[in-house]
This record gives sequence, structure tokens and C-alpha cells, in this order.
Amino acid sequence: MNLTVNGSTHEIESGALTSLLDVLREELGITSPKAGCEQGGCGACTVLVDGAPRRSCLVPVGALGNAEVTTVEGLGAPDDLAPIQQAFTHHYAAQCGFCTAGMMLAAHAYVENGGSDDQHAIAEALGGHVCRCTGYVKIIEAVAAVARGDSFDLATTAASPGMTNIGGVK
Amino acid sequence: MASAPEVLFPTSPADAAAAFGDGAGVTVIAGGTIVMPEISYGRLKPGKTVVLTQAGLAGVTTDGSTVTIGAATPVSDLVGFRAPLGPCAANIADLEIRGQATVGGNVCAGEGHGAPRGDLQGALLALGATARSAGSDGERSEPLEEFLAYGAGRLLFDLSFVEPAAGAFAALDRPHTHDYTALAVSAARAADGTVRLAVTGAGTHGQRLPSAESKTSDPAVAGEAALADVTPHDDALASAWYRSKTLPVLVRRALAQLEEAS
Repeated sequence: MNLTVNGSTHEIESGALTSLLDVLREELGITSPKAGCEQGGCGACTVLVDGAPRRSCLVPVGALGNAEVTTVEGLGAPDDLAPIQQAFTHHYAAQCGFCTAGMMLAAHAYVENGGSDDQHAIAEALGGHVCRCTGYVKIIEAVAAVARGDSFDLATTAASPGMTNIGGVK
Repeated sequence: MASAPEVLFPTSPADAAAAFGDGAGVTVIAGGTIVMPEISYGRLKPGKTVVLTQAGLAGVTTDGSTVTIGAATPVSDLVGFRAPLGPCAANIADLEIRGQATVGGNVCAGEGHGAPRGDLQGALLALGATARSAGSDGERSEPLEEFLAYGAGRLLFDLSFVEPAAGAFAALDRPHTHDYTALAVSAARAADGTVRLAVTGAGTHGQRLPSAESKTSDPAVAGEAALADVTPHDDALASAWYRSKTLPVLVRRALAQLEEAS
């Protein structure tokens, strides 16, 4: 069985009923999807399947067929972050980081589908994602910024006095 | 991990029915949202497994005023429908789960993990839906009520109903998007004026409210009458007491909505 993740095709040895989450983490070593509740209740394992956000813990890998899977590693590179990744950095939308990959993928799909910067619409789109740090305000601000088409100068973000703990400059 | 189960991916409804047989010892996966946690947590060790993702059972078709919904259609495809079905589908879990969970999986889900499931049962009962299924004795179409009561060992193909003249859906608010609905009432008025009322959350599966249906001219009386049709229960979502206090309210709200929509 083959599985395409972030544009690369892998030969998979796991059984057809193994969850996509387990295949990604245990077989392919792609650890951005987190094993939170493993029953569809937290959103931390969310990946994109043909562009649509899906709980990887609920997807039997054998049911994917030729679908393309995207994890947050496939959204952008450290020196070429996707807009949603830039926004999460700029708006300080990540705290412990456990929910961040799932949040960003769901938000990416939301914006790609023409989602607006309306707070309620964003909350509805991300309603299945639990942030254990309860940092929802910053997350929604970040998604709204991308929906509006804001651009981000991350060098300035890192140099800002209030933001010194997100890396870069003291 | 346990030994590898036999996993089949039928590519037509007939192949799916053949793979399913009489259903004994067979695990069926459509969207996977209910079954996969059972497997991941070791509560279910699947033997023969039939995965319906390629079985040609997904999609909604309309023929005149008759709507047919394939069992493997994602719940999200129903969100745009008029009441009661659309609002009922939109009230299930969250965006991602709705995109993955299927109509058939939801309708066939009995009570589980301290909650009534099968959110769509009430709406489809109010619509007078017909269930088409296959089993060891072949294919059969029957009212959804009968399928829910006697459908064990059958593979659901699709559900069909005639578009109502008006519909309504009233539910208790969910504290969180991942909670099942504790109680919801669906109503539909057919073109000939017949009103059907059904409830999800007042028993192990959705059920019609015939006593209330016969008194819809007075919504307050109908609401109280509905209590004669159900045996509310305690579970993790709500107490029987709370359900018995709120059922008449939801019946009244549904009938008021129906009046407005007519």
C-alpha cells in the first residue's frame, strides 16, 4: 500500500485498519500530528486529506486510496513559512504547541476555502480543536489576520519588546 | 498488535452486500469516526471488516420530490438541507467530524458510551424516511422505524424521503461541539398536512411521538402528551428528570417553528 504525504510517496507496511495517525508518527516518523485523545475529540492529530481537514486518528490508512495527505511540515519550510505559520508566530498563537499543528492546518483549510475574519465563523471552523493552554484569543486573531490578507514582518515581531520570548532578540 | 483482520474494500453496493453477508462477526467502517476509537483503544478486535469508502454508497440524488441519501454520504453534505435535516446535521460534532462521519454510520449507531447517538434518526423519522438495506435474505425497503427496531444484521444502502412542505428542529444546546445532543425534537409537515414528530435522546434510538402528533393543534397539550411516548433515561449527558422537563418545551418550539415555516 502506498501513501502520499507532503508530496512524497511512501510504501506502507502497517495494516489497512491502522490509523493514519499511527502510520504518520510510528512508521514514517512525522510527529507534527499529535496523539491527544485518539478518539476524535481534541483535533491535535488533524491533517489535510486532499486539502480537507481530517482527524488522522479516525482515518483507517487503507481507506485513503490515492488521497494526498498534508501535515504541517508540508505547509512551509522554516525559511519560507506559510501565511498561517507566519501569523501564528506574529500573533503569539502558540503556547505549549500541542494543538498548534492541527489548529494551523484547520485554519489553513478555512482560509483556502474563502473563510472570513469573522470571529464566530473562525470559532465554528476550529470548534473541534482543543487548546489546553486556552490560548484561543490569540489563535483566532492569527487566523483572522490571514483571512484579511495581512502580511507579517517576523524580524520586527522578534525584535518587539513584548515578544522577546518567542526567539530571536533579547 | 493483533493478527491482521481480513479487510475488504467492495466497489459496488452488490459487492458490499456480498462481503457483508448476514453481518455476523463483520465490522463495517464507513467514515470511521465511531469504529476507529474502538479499535485504537482495543475495545474492538475486528475480524472480517468491510470498508465502504469505495462501495458507491455515497451521494444524494433527487427524483421529483423524493430525496435519496446514500449510506456513505458524509454528514456535512446534509448541512444545507431545509429543516429538520439540515439543522440536525449541523448540530452534529464539528466541521471535520461532519466531513468524515457518514449518514449511515450515524443512523445505525445505537446507544454508546453513556450517550444516545444516532442524531439523524429523529429528523429522518419525522420525514417518514424509508431505509433500503441488504441482509442474508436479500434487499429490503422498509420504514426507518422498522429498520431501527429490526435492522441488526443488515447493511444500510440508502435512506429516501419525500420533501416535506415544512420542517422544524429544536434541540437542547450542546455545552461543547463534541457532546452528543442530549435531546432534540424534529417535526415535518407533509404536503397532505400530516405532521410527524420524532425525538432523539429520549431512548436508545430515535422514536416517533404519536401521542403528540395527534394533538398538534395545541402545542402545549402536544408537548405534555409526548411524555407518554417515551421513557427518558439517565446518562452522562442529562438526567431522566431533565429530559422529561425539557421534552414538552422542545415539542412546543418545534411546532411553533413549523407554524412559522408553513
